[in-house]
Amino acid sequence: MSGTATRAMRLLAGMSGRSIAAVKTPSRGVLAGLVLVGMAPQFLPEFYVTLLNYIGLYAMVALGLVLLTGVGGLTSFGQAAFVGLGAYTTAALTATADLPGWLAWAGGSAWLALLIGLALTALVAVVLGSMTLRLSGHYLPLGTIAWGISLYFLFGTMDFLGGHTGLSGIPPIEVFGVPLDEGREIYYLIWAFLLLAMLTTRNLLDSREGRAIRALKGGMVMAESMGVDTSRSRMIIFVVAALHAAASGWLYAHMQRFVNPTPFGLSTGIEYLFMAVVGGAGSVWGALIGAGVITIMKQWLQDVLPALFGASGNFEAIVFGVMMVLILHRARDGLWALIARCLPASRATVALDPSAAPLPHRTQPSRGEVILEAREVTRRFGGLVANDRMSLQVRAGEILALIGPNGAGKSTMFNQLSGVDTPSAGDVLFRGRSIAGLAARDIARLGMSRTFQHVRLLPGMSVVENVALGAHRRGSCGVLPAAWRLDRDEEARLLAEAARQLERVGLAEQMHEEAGSLALGQQRILEIARALAADPCVLLLDEPAAGLRLLEKQALGQLLRKLRAEGMAILLVEHDMDFVMGLVDRVVVMEFGQKIAEGLPDEVQRDPAVLAAYLGDVQ
Amino acid sequence: MDLQIALLIGQDGVTSGAIYALLALALVLVFAVTRAIYIPQGEYVAYGALTLATLQSGALPATLWLLMGAGLAVTVIDGVAAIRKRDGRAWGATLGWNVAYPAVLVLTLSALSPAQLPMALQILLTLAIVVPIGPMIYRLAYQPVAEASVLVLLIVSVAVHVVLVGLGLLFFGAEGSRTAPLWDASFAVGWMTVSGQQICVLAASAALIVGLYLFFEKTLYGKALRATAINRNGARLMGFSPVFAGRLTFLLAAFIGTLSGVLIAPVTTVYYDTGFLIGLKGFVAAIVGGLASYPLAAAGALIVGLLESFASFWASAYKEAIVFTLIIPVLMWRSLHSHGIDEEA
Repeated sequence: MSGTATRAMRLLAGMSGRSIAAVKTPSRGVLAGLVLVGMAPQFLPEFYVTLLNYIGLYAMVALGLVLLTGVGGLTSFGQAAFVGLGAYTTAALTATADLPGWLAWAGGSAWLALLIGLALTALVAVVLGSMTLRLSGHYLPLGTIAWGISLYFLFGTMDFLGGHTGLSGIPPIEVFGVPLDEGREIYYLIWAFLLLAMLTTRNLLDSREGRAIRALKGGMVMAESMGVDTSRSRMIIFVVAALHAAASGWLYAHMQRFVNPTPFGLSTGIEYLFMAVVGGAGSVWGALIGAGVITIMKQWLQDVLPALFGASGNFEAIVFGVMMVLILHRARDGLWALIARCLPASRATVALDPSAAPLPHRTQPSRGEVILEAREVTRRFGGLVANDRMSLQVRAGEILALIGPNGAGKSTMFNQLSGVDTPSAGDVLFRGRSIAGLAARDIARLGMSRTFQHVRLLPGMSVVENVALGAHRRGSCGVLPAAWRLDRDEEARLLAEAARQLERVGLAEQMHEEAGSLALGQQRILEIARALAADPCVLLLDEPAAGLRLLEKQALGQLLRKLRAEGMAILLVEHDMDFVMGLVDRVVVMEFGQKIAEGLPDEVQRDPAVLAAYLGDVQ
Repeated sequence: MDLQIALLIGQDGVTSGAIYALLALALVLVFAVTRAIYIPQGEYVAYGALTLATLQSGALPATLWLLMGAGLAVTVIDGVAAIRKRDGRAWGATLGWNVAYPAVLVLTLSALSPAQLPMALQILLTLAIVVPIGPMIYRLAYQPVAEASVLVLLIVSVAVHVVLVGLGLLFFGAEGSRTAPLWDASFAVGWMTVSGQQICVLAASAALIVGLYLFFEKTLYGKALRATAINRNGARLMGFSPVFAGRLTFLLAAFIGTLSGVLIAPVTTVYYDTGFLIGLKGFVAAIVGGLASYPLAAAGALIVGLLESFASFWASAYKEAIVFTLIIPVLMWRSLHSHGIDEEA
């Protein structure tokens, strides 16, 4: 691998926040931390309690960004605006004496205002998300910058929101009739919210939906081919991050008992992002560390810098900005990763329950049935005809190889079959049903599964979790059950299925290793296990032998023979003739987008057209 | 509103649209070549305007110290790299551009009394001070992460923006400034009165756009930059270093930004943080062009300029909100016209 590629891989691994769910968990440390958090208001002076309140509020917003940025690879500068939405909703509903008649029902109760604020936030997030999430990743942050600025100006200009002076007289939150009107009291509510948010986020990441979210960074095509609706996953994390921010805003409004537009501007939105990145956007703990470090440093710098520079102003931003650039250069995983490295905690492995009930299987087709059929498939790119009336059939229990010289149109054909691309003319049939034009994830659900020419795994995730991603469509538990651990039964079944597939392909020993640590040959086998986890009836393999050593090729060949014997239909696109000819049942040869030969390996090898294509015309 | 007022507002809109167009071009250029969403672009506008204003007031602009400081930082970093590689030759050029050049500039400016110089010379000095900061920023902030994802580059951009705005406050204070008019004349054209300032802005924008077009179409460096934008590795294999491409791009972006600042400084009071909002409007325009098309970005800039001036006539309190909300239908339109799954997300 070239130096650049290694570097790029390292950077990728860095940003993907290695092993989010299986992050080192110092559980004794967590307990001690909880006790400290609980005791803090009893012995700390008022100033520090207030500081801790702010840290809690900020950490909640940063936590949303961990999910969005560190895990999902998206980002938002508009989180402060969502905080503002939560804060202003509750301020307007609880502090306005004469609400208009149609809103009167909503006034007075802080808890009702929380629900309304969350609903409103979810609505705005869905609208913003549906506009930007289908576009490439940088449109969301740009959209959120614009949204952050617009909302800030609106807060400042709307009369019923108090303009730039803001709204005051917000009542305290009441819990069982007890008003929380002191910093020491609301402290417990803030930290309860934060800890709950951290817990549910960790639960979510360690689940079926969580794997789908973590797969976003492995490339959209891979995730979609595993049956993941990537737009939906992106929308989920954007909405969840927005809800965290809105809840923080609600607490903030009732803590301050006053709101004005200043803390909800774009610069605060940027500060939230700084917290997530400085702390470590790959871990829920990073949010807490980042919020703590930035809040305390800001406090300190605001005392020191004006004296140093001899003028007053927002100078701490200079320090934060420089710090941010340095962290992105030197320690992409943030401070938490540095701390975690020093902790003696052991790496948690995914618990497997072999006794979990197996997942339902589809009824496999009988041997010889035509599983996948291309009929006169043509794909044009402008004037170029990459596939010209290509037809082929793959039957259950056979291996078909699609071969041809470079540029023959094999990869294009592969894309037509797997739903990554749509043919210009002709049809693709899966068990008699037309699938041309269907999304890759819907084709995956029908029972077609694939691997990639360039291995696409989530290098920081364990082998077994990578395989479980393939079984995505065989589970159904959504975000809420995952957050509250109501999905454990299904989760155990999914993981047990993944473990079974790993045994089937002979990778059981590597089950708990990080996928990125495997050799290339093992990674290709892992991709096959992931494809098998979807319970497919046809496997499409894109150059499975590329880059493998001889022994690895032999192991791969054995595995494919075994799968064929079990009745699987296999189509492989391959360059390696030795590998192909000894293994497959039939061969289709392409050149210049057209089929030039089809038949048994021996026949094809003697075919004059094929010889001409590979060796040039023999005069 | 009668026709005359509409024309007046329209004129205003076209003039600011021309500035947004320049910035949008710079943003598209930087994104195409380096994949960085260049949030700090607006800061050059503020630095350019305020540096010129400081020169006109007769003082030494603090951007000089930034030039020297950034130059020293680059020299140190490159020096360490040179020692590691045991190759001192490249370091000579580094020293020249990052230490000697700023030092000469400081000495020259201290010897002259900038307030007495003719306007053209003041503008040249402003460019000489601010523009070289661009490639230095590339070296310090972007080059070490040049291969990282768009997301990382975007976060770096935001961090650099925050640093530059903070430094802007430190350098120029919270007070805004205006500069002397570029060309104090006005002409009657039909029903309209066109000011010399407007002619300057439009002429400079047109000249710059034509100049960039010629640069990209006719010169080897321009073609090499286009090649880098299309395929970084391919350009590298053809012997065109992406590092050099990055520095050249940032130099051009800084030039465009600083010149925009000089152009608006006589008619707008520029504060240390004014650049950001101006730059963002350039972004709205660039997004119209999908961060890829120069003509669409320029058209978008005109729309933004016109929308802004009409919005400030009808609903001045909501002016900013209206301009930034424009991005929403644009994004919706782009979203509806995008299909398939975007791999580089």
